[in-house]
Amino acid sequence: MTDRIATLIARAEQEGLLDVAYATVDSPVGMLTLAATPKGLVRVSYSDTDRVLEELAGEISPRVLAAPARLDGVRRELDEYFSGRRRDFDVAIDWSLVHTPFRRAVLERTARIPYGQTATYRDMAEAAGNRAAVRAAGTALGANPIPVVVPCHRVLRSGGDMGQYAGGVERKRYLLELEQARPWTRVSDTRVHPPLRG
Amino acid sequence: MSGRRSSGVTLPPFQTLLDEHADTVLRYLRAAVGTNEAEDCFQETFLSALRAYPKLRDASNLRGWLLTIAHRKALDAHRARGRRPVPVEQVAEVAVTDDRRAEPALWRAVRRLPAKQRSAVFLRFAADLDYVQIGQAIGCSDAAARQNVRAGLAQIRKGWAR
Repeated sequence: MTDRIATLIARAEQEGLLDVAYATVDSPVGMLTLAATPKGLVRVSYSDTDRVLEELAGEISPRVLAAPARLDGVRRELDEYFSGRRRDFDVAIDWSLVHTPFRRAVLERTARIPYGQTATYRDMAEAAGNRAAVRAAGTALGANPIPVVVPCHRVLRSGGDMGQYAGGVERKRYLLELEQARPWTRVSDTRVHPPLRG
Repeated sequence: MSGRRSSGVTLPPFQTLLDEHADTVLRYLRAAVGTNEAEDCFQETFLSALRAYPKLRDASNLRGWLLTIAHRKALDAHRARGRRPVPVEQVAEVAVTDDRRAEPALWRAVRRLPAKQRSAVFLRFAADLDYVQIGQAIGCSDAAARQNVRAGLAQIRKGWAR
């Protein structure tokens, strides 16, 4: 980035004109596009960067600029996570891309599944207040705008089947293996899940 | 999902405008106000553009839109220079920097033209706008824009032949 552009980005930030800052980062699961608003991390995506930026321009604001500084914190935490040195993310989240209260509830619950443990779609539906809405919980997780940081990869089908993943099942498997995940057992829940199956 | 907004206009991410048009805007400004002042004008142009961008109604000619803003910033710079007690042109001639010296003498000649001709010539040759776009930028018909370019060029040729 030239000084000229760096100056522009800094002034845009100062004047409150940098609605969406983005950066790309290499990871063991491929290149990730990260985006943050002044409120917090709003998007983590495995998709093609241009497509992600168009989506952000349409859904949040067209003032989308490559401004990696705003993403420094989350980039560092992702680095630590992928190298096994971090179990929890400590970054502010902007839920703007989550459009219904039910989806928001599912994802907020998902964000609290501990590192290295797994839950089921039914657990998440129940936690969001509608035990029967297993399919809807699956849809909410599939539309998770902030994968990895909101660990939807920790949600499996009842019975231990991997289920789906927006970034592809291979990535889900990689993340679970990285965390050496085992089924999540809550104190009040004695259900035992069978071992992971692809 | 694409960048569809409620107004029905699809605005690309602003980064696209920077990637595709920053060079053109800078080239135009360097010609229009000189290498040194071009930097400030560049910042002002893109900050103004950022401010106005979400409300933009027509995304069909973003390059022309940016150059129109750049043109206004160049006019502001010319006016500010006019108000200064010591003309910047002369000062710059004394405290020459290398890039200033490398700038085509022709552009300096263009900067001495009357405002409308000067704007029209720069928008035509430094920014490569067509006459319709030049007309929109300086607020006249495309025929008048063409006339301003022609008159400006004639003026410069006269000075050059001297």
